[in-house]
Amino acid sequence: MGRLLIKNGRVIDPATRRDGPADVLIENDTISAVGENLEAADAEVLDASGMVVAPGFIDLHVHLREPGFEHAETIETGARAAAAGGFTRICAMPNTNPVNDCATVTGYILEQARRFAVVKVHPIGAITQGSEGKELAPIGTLQAAGAVAISDDGRPVMNARVMRRAMELARSFGITVVQHCEDLNLSAGGDMHEGVESVRRGLGGIPSCAEDVMVARDLLLAELTGARYHVAHLSTKNSLAMVAYAKSRGLAVSCEVTPHHICLTDADSVPYDSNYKMKPPLRSAEDVAALIEGIAKGVVDAIATDHAPHTGYQKMQEFERCPFGIIGLETALAIALDRLVHPGHITLLRLVELFTTGPASVVGLRSGRLAPGETADVTIFDANFEWTYDVTQSFSKSRNTPFHGRRFRGAPMATIVDGKVVWSRAPLLQAAGGVERRQPALMSGAAEAAR
Amino acid sequence: MRRGLLGIEDLTREEIEAILERARDFQPPHRQPFPRLETLRGKVVVNLFFEPSTRTRTSFEIAAKRLGADAVSITAAGSSLSKGESLVDTLNTLAAMRPDAIVMRHASSGAPHFLARHLDIPIINAGDGTHEHPTQALLDARTILDRKPALSGLRVVIIGDIVHSRVARSNIHLLSKFGADIVLCGPAPLVPPEMAAMAPGVRIEYDMRRAIEGADVIMMLRVQLERQHETAFPKAEYFSFYGLTLDHFELAKPDVIVMHPGPINRGREISSEVADSQRSVILNQVENGVAVRMAVLERILGEPWEDC
Repeated sequence: MGRLLIKNGRVIDPATRRDGPADVLIENDTISAVGENLEAADAEVLDASGMVVAPGFIDLHVHLREPGFEHAETIETGARAAAAGGFTRICAMPNTNPVNDCATVTGYILEQARRFAVVKVHPIGAITQGSEGKELAPIGTLQAAGAVAISDDGRPVMNARVMRRAMELARSFGITVVQHCEDLNLSAGGDMHEGVESVRRGLGGIPSCAEDVMVARDLLLAELTGARYHVAHLSTKNSLAMVAYAKSRGLAVSCEVTPHHICLTDADSVPYDSNYKMKPPLRSAEDVAALIEGIAKGVVDAIATDHAPHTGYQKMQEFERCPFGIIGLETALAIALDRLVHPGHITLLRLVELFTTGPASVVGLRSGRLAPGETADVTIFDANFEWTYDVTQSFSKSRNTPFHGRRFRGAPMATIVDGKVVWSRAPLLQAAGGVERRQPALMSGAAEAAR
Repeated sequence: MRRGLLGIEDLTREEIEAILERARDFQPPHRQPFPRLETLRGKVVVNLFFEPSTRTRTSFEIAAKRLGADAVSITAAGSSLSKGESLVDTLNTLAAMRPDAIVMRHASSGAPHFLARHLDIPIINAGDGTHEHPTQALLDARTILDRKPALSGLRVVIIGDIVHSRVARSNIHLLSKFGADIVLCGPAPLVPPEMAAMAPGVRIEYDMRRAIEGADVIMMLRVQLERQHETAFPKAEYFSFYGLTLDHFELAKPDVIVMHPGPINRGREISSEVADSQRSVILNQVENGVAVRMAVLERILGEPWEDC
């Protein structure tokens, strides 16, 4: 360990509203100083000229597939992809096999993460046993074992009574309820957004209202129970309006939006290409515009990837047989810069908030801050770095993305967890005295990325 | 087009006209045996049917044979697909045997489009899910043109389960490209409003009598119960609101023709009297099926036509 000095960057820290040139000094796993012209003779130096130095990014919505689906992703590979996307913490959805509905699975995930993950992994526990929507999971025990929220992601809780009971318990334990909002009766048989394109392609539609009716129901239940409630991957303009209304009434509700839902529409999707197949589906241009506006107006709390790896053979099938979901950790920041910051919808400070304090507050994590005394989780990115996403070089085990070959402006440059550089785009570290030094073997990511 | 035939939507008006024109040459002369041609001698066409089909598969087989090609037919029940092989692997296996074209029917929309991206061999879509059935629309157009001077300005009413119909979609694209006036009619859950935006010249009319007013062509569709996830309409009242009977002819043009892609369900969407009436051209459609598929196979596998 030792000391690491990040020089010449633009420090953006939403918690303190700091946005300006500053150096950051890290001692061991803690930030010891933030200020201009810091000096530390014995420190390794990371030159962040032209880059933004931000608190470590948090992704609320990741599928790590372990245990059970290790052919598609493991905690180790998912964490590496997260680091390459600038994330220092990721929340792991419980739809593994077995489902994370008990302390044993939660403990297994945390232990695997401790041994193999380069970033911090926060398990999300199930709401119901086996995520079957019937019997409640042991919510208090899951929380005690380390779960930061509960969700039956991918298998929404259809029974309103079960959801009510879950919210009542969650409130008493002070844990957030995250819902994948989809009325399964309305969405049955659907493979893409219901609209002119689904009709043209002869594909079953998933209507916007399949999401909206469940958001409406859950917001009423959140009001009834006082639960801390979070809408995962919100995708429609009506759902957004309802969340805005609930917030205006003072309810403890929040929502996240994925990068792909602010970037692509149903009409943009390549017909019958499963790299464009996910839930919720890519919506209309009107919905995309509403989501961007919602982000700009502050209704949206976080950008979350819904990183959902699937193997090549699973995605190489008839469209309606292909599973839903795309990977997204490595492209999230670039898309957010591209769609939100470069066109002038939001400032860089607001962007950083969407990746740090925003998601941290959703699940009650005390992180996402860049100030002396805080844990040294730091994300360094260049808002103007031009690059092309090559999914064949991805750290994820899976390749299901519609963004392969896409040009981006803006990218993560280095990811620091507990004071250690766990990934960097190119070797940025210099030892004290300006002599270039090889990075430790742990940072194999940097070597691969540089290739 | 020489790469295969996936749908009508991607074809130009000129390409469609060329096929329809060539199909006339293949319409059988009356009471004479059809001469066997040698145009595609030595070519192998594989008919790969993942869904049951009588008329389309037989029609493609006869079309290939009349042109001198060899036709091999495979149905899903007897194929390795029933042994758990993936679609891509099945197709790769067949492609390794180097047939000249694969005619394919599949229950999933876009299945042939997906395969066409990964295979070099020309694929002819013989119906994909609820998406397209291009040769059906071509034979329907040939049948209409045998009786009407042009498609432009014709009022064509399509009645029935539109949303689940690949026949309807292909016909909408084809007729729209030629400036026909297209009216879609059926129970509201089976005719979503978005269908009117699929192509120019399409409108929706939920009242069958109003839909038929002034019609030159009435296309009836089968109600595809097998494609519905739940009953989208009350079955008991279907025929009284959307079944075609002799009375309806009074509302249409005097020379209206009635079409149906088959198989017909007498008493469910069409009365027996209508099916057997002089206005019904259902069997002419079947006859033209062979002629149109010959034209399609020749265009894809034969010597290049002058216009392309």
